[in-house]
Amino acid sequence: MSQTSKASAVREKSDKYTEFVSRGFGRDLAKRLGLPQPAVLRRYRPNAPLVEGPILVVGHGVGADGVAQVLLDWHLDVRRHATPKEKLGAIVVVLDGLDHPGQLSEPMLAIGAALRDLNKNARIVSISRPALDDDAPALAAARNGVDGIIRSVAKELRAGATANGVLLANGIAADAPSAMSALRFFLSGRSAFVDGQFLTASSEGTAGNADWASPLDGSVAVVTGAARGIGAAIARTLARDGATVIAVDVPAAGDHLAAVANSIRGTALQLDVTAPDAGARILDHALSRHGRLDIVVHNAGITRDKLLANMDAGRWDSVIAVNIASQLRMNEAFLASSSFAGNARIISVSSTSGIAGNRGQSNYAASKAGVIGMVRSTAKLLAERGGTVNAVAPGFIETDMTAKIPFATREVARRLNSLQQGGRPGDVAEAIAYFAQPGSAGVTANVLRVCGQNLVGQ
Amino acid sequence: MTTPTAAATPGSSALPVPRKAVVVGGNRIPFARSGGAYTHSSNQDMLTAALDGLVARFGLAGEEIGEVAAGAVLKHSRDFNLAREAVLGSALAATTPAYDLQQACATGMEAVIGLSNKIKLGQIDSAIAGGVDSASDAPIAVSEGLRSILLDLSRAKTAGQKAKIIARIRPKDLTPNAPTTGEPRTGLSMGEHQALTTAQWNITREAQDELALASHQNLAAAYDRHFFDDLITPFRGLSRDSNLRADSSLEKLAKLKPAFGKALGEGATMTAGNSTPLTDGASTVLLASEEWATARELPILADVVDGEAAAVDFVHGKDGLLMAPAFAVPRLLARNGLTLDDIDYFEIHEAFAGTVLSTLAAWEDEEFGKTRLGLDGAFGTVDRSKLNVNGSSLAAGHPFAATGGRLVATLAKMLHERGTVDGRPARGLISVCAAGGQGVVAILEAR
Repeated sequence: MSQTSKASAVREKSDKYTEFVSRGFGRDLAKRLGLPQPAVLRRYRPNAPLVEGPILVVGHGVGADGVAQVLLDWHLDVRRHATPKEKLGAIVVVLDGLDHPGQLSEPMLAIGAALRDLNKNARIVSISRPALDDDAPALAAARNGVDGIIRSVAKELRAGATANGVLLANGIAADAPSAMSALRFFLSGRSAFVDGQFLTASSEGTAGNADWASPLDGSVAVVTGAARGIGAAIARTLARDGATVIAVDVPAAGDHLAAVANSIRGTALQLDVTAPDAGARILDHALSRHGRLDIVVHNAGITRDKLLANMDAGRWDSVIAVNIASQLRMNEAFLASSSFAGNARIISVSSTSGIAGNRGQSNYAASKAGVIGMVRSTAKLLAERGGTVNAVAPGFIETDMTAKIPFATREVARRLNSLQQGGRPGDVAEAIAYFAQPGSAGVTANVLRVCGQNLVGQ
Repeated sequence: MTTPTAAATPGSSALPVPRKAVVVGGNRIPFARSGGAYTHSSNQDMLTAALDGLVARFGLAGEEIGEVAAGAVLKHSRDFNLAREAVLGSALAATTPAYDLQQACATGMEAVIGLSNKIKLGQIDSAIAGGVDSASDAPIAVSEGLRSILLDLSRAKTAGQKAKIIARIRPKDLTPNAPTTGEPRTGLSMGEHQALTTAQWNITREAQDELALASHQNLAAAYDRHFFDDLITPFRGLSRDSNLRADSSLEKLAKLKPAFGKALGEGATMTAGNSTPLTDGASTVLLASEEWATARELPILADVVDGEAAAVDFVHGKDGLLMAPAFAVPRLLARNGLTLDDIDYFEIHEAFAGTVLSTLAAWEDEEFGKTRLGLDGAFGTVDRSKLNVNGSSLAAGHPFAATGGRLVATLAKMLHERGTVDGRPARGLISVCAAGGQGVVAILEAR
């Protein structure tokens, strides 16, 4: 059928260098010369095993026991002690009971002893509590220590393995549904290009997804900027996960938009997101055609780069208008609608430029940092009606846009992260699809970087 | 000489209509002046793109549609199954049947009316009417002499016979036949025919230029208020009709030299500015029964109320080639108990500004009304503020078979936006003239 041939046509390949050094002569050569050896990452496929190999749960106490039980409930192969030489798919370290940095030694050394036994594309995930302003100094030191550990271990891991952490808000148990949804995301291939990052479980959340292979069944999602690149990947990923997708892009991109919509049996809505009535028109389309709107993905964005000294009003204002002002205006319309309720989800695409800044992108960084501010503030408004709002900040992603960067610059840019490669549009889409799941309730106000732990920024 | 029947066909009004056929929406690709953005696009490419845009707009990927009917005026022999081939290349289910039809520039209109009738009869629940034309990728045939030689050659058995047949080829046989807009029975081009009609009805150059300017201004304004956002899907880098001149002016139009009717000398009024250019493009319209549209939660823009075709004897009679709608509209309105005053929007295809103005003049003419239409006086006056309010073919261009679909989708959206007038649904009239002295007209009503 044409559907499958279209799907396989868009299957992405690793960059040529990564392919070259991943086998045979190329691998030996790279090893001898000390060249970067990016791994071919394990990416999510529905119904594939969550992790490849047994999971070692490190930690004592109720939290660790609870987490181990959840993993067993997921039918995973769980170890409470490492067996030397046995290959591991993941290590989950539960540190929810820390109150002094001295307690970090034992679990960390246990992990260290097991590191050499990690499979390719293995996962290390910590579960701990964030340091808060009113914590006692020793408690805060211990809790914040985990941050340094995970970010460092992520840089030590090789062969596509990653380290990430789940942070538990006050009163949230280590095995709360929200924390477990974040853990599951980090263990899975969905987080292939997420490294050295944390997700906060801010409230209890609800029981997991009814169907893990098709978690978005029955939901209606709108994706802006869906005609190509990351937006098209988001639309395809949400559709794969079961959502009915309304693909939105400017009228001038309508032909690409139609191709995306048809490939996922969704609908195309040609619309400029800066139009004053954009939110109303999206709502009208969603409600009249599908009777509901559950998921909004604000992906549409533009760049108009110039050093600030050379900046003009046209460049500055258009970037602000498209990248942030439109989202604010559309969110007002969505939040004012009683139909956007229950498990409502808003996910915005930010950028590492909005976190770390980027030369020549003061306007873009303003808009993308603005998105982060908006997301954190909107979370409270949406929480009242049981919804979540999160942001995803992509790093170097292989798109038509980055393909235009000169060869040498691009080659350097894509190696400047712990995974030593550029991400794929699908990697960003997977993170967004995770936030969109019903089982991700309780995970809100997060800004998740999908950057392979880019050396720039946090 | 013969005169078209002026009165409605007796007995044709009383038949009850089993159910309604509605316009769900439409999609077209921007129209491109020939030799422009679509120079290397085939009719099949363009029709497929227009279909895919429609499918995406209404979420029909993988759906089986009751029937697709579409056609092209300039058609390659290899495109004998153009509509079906376009369906197979589109995102529609491969089990969607399709047929080609052709009624010159009225092809798109006839597709809409024919499919609507099938829906009304309950034979199908959904349909897509379409049309496409490429003046750039037009078929070129070998000369009749060479064709006859080649056919003989294919039947020859021995080398001797073949050599003898090949020896018949003369240099003049090698000149190809390119399609023209000339009428086979008069040898006159469509423009030359209209020039005669324009002069016959004393249509001034100024009036034609004013109509052309209004077309450009109205179309540009419609684009500016995003009217076409859900009617057009870009193609080959084009997102607006390439013939549109938003900055046109009466001064600029007045400077153009006459292009047709030069033999009339001072009386030559038709220029490239007030005539449609050769154009490439494709359009589609999604039609359905109310039940089909409602079950899929699709919008319903308008009802396809009724349609009518007419033809004039332009070879021997006194009517101009493109004057058939002047007879079709009175018949259609009479059958539906309506007059021109009951129409809220007029979409009169601008083959030439002179065509529209000659038709309006005929309707306002007492003599024409009495002697040709069999009325007590003039048929009536079209309120110009209701005429082609979002522009028409002079600005958008006119890919022959695609114009009907453009008109139906555009009018359906206008009517839906307007809603009701004096407590009744807003009503629109479409009138399209066609080669061979034909015309096809239709009434739509707002939903």
